[in-house]
Formats: sequence, C-alpha cells, structure tokens
Amino acid sequence: MLDTAANPQLNAHGELLHLLSIEGLPRDVLMRILDTAVPFSEVAEREVKKVPLLRGKSVFNLFFENSTRTRTTFEIAAKRLSADVINLNINTSSASKGESLLDTVDNLAAMQADMFVVRHASSGAPYLIAQHLAATQREHIRVINAGDGRHAHPTQGLLDMYTIRHYKKDFTNLTIAVVGDILHSRVARSQIHALITLGVPEVRVIAPKTLLPIGVERMGVRVFNDMKEGLRGVDVVMMLRLQNERMQGALLPSPQEYFKSYGLTPEKLALAKPDAIVMHPGPMNRGVEIDSAVADGKQAVILPQVTFGIAVRMAVMAMLGGG
Amino acid sequence: MSSGLHIKGGRLVDPATKTDIHADLFIADGRLVGVGDHHGNGAPAGFEVTSVLDATGCVVCPGLVDLSARLREPGFEYRATLESEMAAAAAGGVTSLACPPDTDPVLDEPGLVEMLTHRARLPEFARVHPVGALTVGLNGERLTEMAELSEAGCVAFGQAHRSIVDTQVLLRALQYAATFDFPVWLQPQDKFLSRKGVAHDGEVAARLGLAGIPVAAETIAIASLLELVRITGTRLHLRRISSAAGLAMIVAARSAGINVTCEVTINHLHLTDLDIGYFNAHARLDPPLRSQNDREALRAGLASGAINALTSDHTPVDDDGKQMPFEEAETGATGLELLLPLTLKWAAEMELPLTTALARVTCDPARIIGTFNKGAGQLKLGAAADVCVFDPQAEFLVSRDNLKSQGKNTPFLGLTLPGRVRYTLIDGHLAYGETWSDISTT
Amino acid sequence: MPTLPDAETLLAELAAVMRPSVDPTKTALVGIHTGGVWIAERLRTMLGLIQPVGAIDVSFYRDDYSQRGLSANTKASQIPFEVEGAHIVIVDDVLNTGRTIRAAINELFDYGRPAKVDLAVLIDRGGRELPMAATYFAQATSLAAGQSLALERAVAGALSFRLVEK
Repeated sequence: MLDTAANPQLNAHGELLHLLSIEGLPRDVLMRILDTAVPFSEVAEREVKKVPLLRGKSVFNLFFENSTRTRTTFEIAAKRLSADVINLNINTSSASKGESLLDTVDNLAAMQADMFVVRHASSGAPYLIAQHLAATQREHIRVINAGDGRHAHPTQGLLDMYTIRHYKKDFTNLTIAVVGDILHSRVARSQIHALITLGVPEVRVIAPKTLLPIGVERMGVRVFNDMKEGLRGVDVVMMLRLQNERMQGALLPSPQEYFKSYGLTPEKLALAKPDAIVMHPGPMNRGVEIDSAVADGKQAVILPQVTFGIAVRMAVMAMLGGG
Repeated sequence: MSSGLHIKGGRLVDPATKTDIHADLFIADGRLVGVGDHHGNGAPAGFEVTSVLDATGCVVCPGLVDLSARLREPGFEYRATLESEMAAAAAGGVTSLACPPDTDPVLDEPGLVEMLTHRARLPEFARVHPVGALTVGLNGERLTEMAELSEAGCVAFGQAHRSIVDTQVLLRALQYAATFDFPVWLQPQDKFLSRKGVAHDGEVAARLGLAGIPVAAETIAIASLLELVRITGTRLHLRRISSAAGLAMIVAARSAGINVTCEVTINHLHLTDLDIGYFNAHARLDPPLRSQNDREALRAGLASGAINALTSDHTPVDDDGKQMPFEEAETGATGLELLLPLTLKWAAEMELPLTTALARVTCDPARIIGTFNKGAGQLKLGAAADVCVFDPQAEFLVSRDNLKSQGKNTPFLGLTLPGRVRYTLIDGHLAYGETWSDISTT
Repeated sequence: MPTLPDAETLLAELAAVMRPSVDPTKTALVGIHTGGVWIAERLRTMLGLIQPVGAIDVSFYRDDYSQRGLSANTKASQIPFEVEGAHIVIVDDVLNTGRTIRAAINELFDYGRPAKVDLAVLIDRGGRELPMAATYFAQATSLAAGQSLALERAVAGALSFRLVEK
C-alpha cells in the first residue's frame, strides 16, 4: 500500500546512475551495456592496455566481504580506464565493531571519491549507500554493486550475458539451465533477471528443494529437481558455486552425494545440445559441482567469462563515470 | 464540585455500549458525571461549568488502550524516554498502555516494575500497565516471582520477542500462571524456523535475497501453545499474529472450546512484504510483514472480532538502528501516534461502523488488560474520565517533525492518514490539546 | 555556403593531392568512425595501397567525456597493421575544431610509435581550437555556426554530404 520509491539506480530520464541490480533495468539498458563492452574488449589487445576515460577519478573498492578475485577484476577494469583505485577491505566480523557503514561512506566521500564498488554480506547494502548519497545530495558519486548478500551480483550477471551472446548470438531462441545453490546465490538472481529481461524463452533452475527459494517460479523460471531431466536439450548450462559451509549439514548430507545428483559430469552434459556451452562464475569446486573433465573440456567457456568480465566492468564504469 | 468540564457539541462514540450519538459530556473531579444534549441539558445537579471544550465536528470517544508500547525505560533512554513517549501517547489519544518486559534490565523483579510505575505516575501520562517477564531475564529457563510481580503492578506475563524453546519450561510457566489465574501474553514464533530470517518466506524474500521466516514458524508455535492451553487452562493472549493460517487455527481452537485472545499490529493490518520495496529498513518488523492474503485475513479477522485487538506495537528505534542494511537493521516501528489514524483508515476501507472499529482499540484491549471493569476503554458514568476527542475529517501527515515520539521510524513516513487527535484527557486532566484556544474558561 | 559540396568530386581531388606523397607498399590509412572509414576504404583502392585500412572510434579519448558521458554505439577500434614505425595517414570527412584529431592521435600512440602521421580530410571548414592542420584536403570552406556536414553512404557505395542545422 505504500508508494514504492522510484528505482534508485535510474535517473528521471531512465539513464543509469548506479548499478545495483539487474532487476528493474529495461532491456535497452542491458543491451547498451553489452554493446559498450564490445569496444572495451579490444582495448586489452593494444600495446597500451589503457584508455584515459576515468583519468583523475577515484574509484574506491569497498569490500566488506573478502573476495580477491572480484576485487581484482574491478581493479583491473578501473585501471584500464586510467582511474586511481583505492582498495579497502573492511572486515565487519572483527570483534571490535568499527564505525557504521554510512560513516565509512561519508568519510570516503569526503576524500572526493567518484565511485564506490561495494561488496557486502548483507542484501541491499549498496541500496542503502545509494539512497544515503541521494539524500545528502551527492548523487554524482556512483555506486556499483559487486555482490550483496544473496541479493545481486549485477556485473557477474552481465558478463554472463555477454558470454552467452558471444557464443550464441541471439537470446530469443535459447533454453538455459542454472544449476546449484539458487537459494543463497546472488549470481543466480542476477542471471535469472537478466535472462528473462533479454527474452530467453526458457530459463530452468535445477536444484534440490533445500537450495531453492520459496516462490522462485514467480521469477519466471521452470523448476527441476532432477538434473538429467533439466539438462535435456539446453543450449547453455550455468553452474553455481556451492559454498563449503553448505556442503554438509541440514541443507545437504555431503559433497559426494551432491556431486552424484547435481555435479556436472560428461554423461549428464551429453543430455544437453551437442553445442551447449558450460559456464561457471568461479571459483570452482571440482568434484563437487563440476567434474574436471567438463571444467577443462571443449564446451567450457569459463576462462573467456573472466576475460569478458573485465570489458563488461569497464563498460559499466565508463557509462557511470561520465557527464 | 471543584472543576467542571463541559465537552460540547461533539459526536459521542462509546464502543462498549455501541453508542454513537450527538451528545455533550460532563466531567468533574476527574470522572465522567453526565451525558447531555447539545443544549446544556443532562449535567448532574450542582454541576458547575468552569471550562468548556468545543468538540464541534469531532468524535468524543474513550481514550485508546494499547496492548503494546515500548517506552524504552529502563535501559534504552538514548532511543526514547518516558517523557517523549508519554507525549506521543497523549498526542495519539492513548490513555492506557501495556509495556512489554524487554527493557534493560528486564522486568523480572518487583522493584523494577515499581520504579517504572512510579516514574509513570504523572497526571499527563497515560496509565502504564507493565507486562512482567514470564522467565528470569526472558531466558526461558527459570520462572519469575509472578505473584510478587503481580502485586507490584504487572497485569500479565510474557516473553516480549523471545520464545521459550524448552517446551517443558513453557508448560510449567503456563501451569504456574494458571495457578493464580495470571494472564500470559506470548508471541507465537518458533525460534528455529525464525532464526536468521528477516522477511516473510515468499516471493519478495526470494527476489531480494533475504533470509525467510516461513508462516510455519507462527503456526507451529500456535499449535504448541493451543495444546498446552488445552491442558493447563491458562488465560492466553497471542501477540502480533501475522498469518491467515495462524488466525484460522485460533478460530478453530475457539470453536473447540479453547479460549484465547489475540491481537494484530497496525503495520500488519496495512502492509505486506511488498512494502519492503528497495530494502526499506522501516519495514523490518517482527514478525515479518507477510503476503497480501495474510493481510486480507487479518483485516477481516479484526473486523469480525476473531482478532480481539489492534495494537500500535510502538517500538521507537533511533536512526543508527535503522540506517543499516535491511537484515542488520533493528526491528520495530514507532506507532502510538499512528494507532488512531490507522484504525480509521482500516475502518473506512472496510466500511465498518465507528463503534466496531474503535472497540478494537478501546474496550476490547481493556478487557485483555483486565481494566475494563474498572472503567477503562469506555465512557462510563462514575469512571475515570479518560477521553479522546478527534477530528475524523482532519488529516495527519506522518513526518519526522509531526511525530512527538523520539522514534521517527515507521514505514508510513510521508503518508497522509485520516483523523487527528484534538484533545486527550486522562482522569479529566488535559494531557494533550492540539490548540488550546478552543477551551474557554468561565 | 551556396551549394553543397559534392563528396565524390572532393574524394577524387583528395586522392590526386595525396598520390605523389604516398608509398603504396608502406603508407597505411586509419579512418575515423564512421565517415573517415568510408573515405579511407575508397582512398585505399584509388591509391592502390597494400596495407589494410584501420578504423578508430575516438569515444574513449574524447575530451568532453566528463560533460557528455560515453556516446552510445561506440565501435571497437581496429588497427590491423603494425603501428610501430609506420607511415600513417589519419582520414576524416571534415576538419573543424581539431579535437577529434587530437583524440585520434592519442589513441594511435597507444598502439605503438609511428614514424610519421599525416592527416587527410575532404573539407577543412576552419574553426580550429587546437593547433592542427590537414596535410591533405580537397576543399577549404566555411560554415555558419550551428551548421555541420554529415557524410552519407548510399547502398551502392557513393558518398554524399548532407547539411545538418542544429
């Protein structure tokens, strides 16, 4: 019954102010990001792998949750745009609880930050930051969500779309399966929103019932508990990482049993289309969610995903960082 | 008679007697002494008018009775003080309120209860009815000295937001309370199913990536409690019901002869999990806001009386506690000043007569607290003059500036709601007057 | 400007001006997206150059990025030859402020250090804001402020100018 506030990541003209989630972004905005990423992927081929777009701008990598891999890709992307990059790893779990999230943001904003790349364990933390910046008339400072709780990881979702488009050209004739821990995965949520927005006619999720959120089918996906059934005839298999702490306990009995039912083996992959590609956001648990024969096989495009990720993040930063 | 107040020209609504008439009210020495017509007839013999309160266009009704308002004393004075929250109560037309035991220290000792009731004993303050802790420290292990606490002023015993996990302790606590016929007020919520959860386990939580609390957390707890009440015969009041399924169980239990009462909060009566929007921490509530089906069932249940009372569930939280990522933010919303407007909004949307709607915030909760027979929640001749005068046509803009409570945290911020309290009388004493110019002294 | 210049005529004139100075085995053309690339492709054939044509989209080097943001439809730059030590002629349709050429030269240098860089345009319309000059041009003319020339390419490949009023 309340007036839901306008989508904080778009301005009044529907242009991107921040990148917080793929949900709520129109198709043309997603397509423009993917299109813009194409020329940036060429920059990496040059003698000087750098363009001067963000020269003199300060990008703060604000990581409240450790992730060397994601932080590195953002750092490379920002540096290839000639930005100054400041990395902050703020461990919130430390016993001496430090200043509040917004105090940290205010402090860094006072150091003339131009962009925050935020990773946080709590869903919605980047929204809080963007809303705070708006409420204090500092919308010129842009926020990029580098993963918040279980909610969203929009640049991962976008680089996955870039990868799919690179290999499959068109989204509107594909059947795509997302496999694994959907419940706890911000990557899965961003992938699903992106795939649906880009017009993929059939998006499947494959997982045991303990790893599926209630109401997931309302996001527009078909639910499969049987992996073999779910993989039949798909064009793209998007594997998810299973966190160590979830491998045994009340959600799953053991990594071995998980692999038996939901690990991607050459036998199971054979049920997909012969030219199906296999994706994984990394880091992989070989022998848990994916067999090495698949991870290193011809159909895997896992390393190209990483390369495309730099170009996609450059595109996002360049689109947010200008006038 | 020393002072005679004449409330003139208003529409008298007394839900306890289903009265809705145009009539004047006469008050002397803090008590209601007469009801009369608009021509000054009806004053008791010898009534001397010393002041007149113009209630033209207004509803004159019993002061509101709120089953749960956290006053944040003792222990959380940085969030709110007795003074700030009592001003909010008066501005909201609330003249009696029960406060839950989750203060710091917890209300588990008679001395603490006495100190609180003593502090609250000012003429312009609403009547404060403490709910004592059912177990020491709310830890769910040892019973408190309920008889002592009752003497100190506790009207019931409860656990605030904490559950008793050990069912044997729960059984014993209910048995012991039943021994003295003490009412027990509990929020039904299974600790394990609600652990780490921050939102209703549904589509919104799935989409936003928030850990869910399933409806089963409520229904399983209700099932256990109903069965224990069947065994013990304890007078049980279920706090903060949030689901259609939970309500259906309560209704079914009643028809099987198990007598329990229950309440809903203003937030759950009007909002759903969709109102979380983009992680609005003001919508972080305990229990979580549930689905539209649940809300419709709660609205209908409150209208039919299946849900006995509506509470503000007033919980002032400072900005530091709310300006956090949704799942880290503290639960609760300020509510004392929204109780009446949100009652009126619900009544208008459900097309309910004012006597029915106001019953849920006056006589019905007074019966649950046990003060109805002493005259609370009604306009009874000879009883203490706790009166609310409000203008049903005026509007209340929910804003930080307009809220008297120190807590500015509510999902209704920015909304314009119907109804505005003009005067609040406690024991015939003017506790709140929006404008004093209408009061003429003769 | 009384009549719209004829792009095909200017192209022939430009090729004639350039012919004595280019080395068909060594000189490489780099067109600036989009008009410059069309002209460069035509010039390569007309001058009989061996090196493939390069294409540059200067969006990443523009000096108005912080005011106007990144332009939509940015194309990838393609330099399909070794820049180090090369003789390069940057090709564009119209030379005006010189800012685009500045951006193009900067971008080119991120691929290597050329031995020599020249500039060829169909029209020099003046209005320079930077110390830039075309090595080769077919026509010098002036346009009213607010007017600009847009190069268009027909399906068959013929080039023509269209006057754009702002």
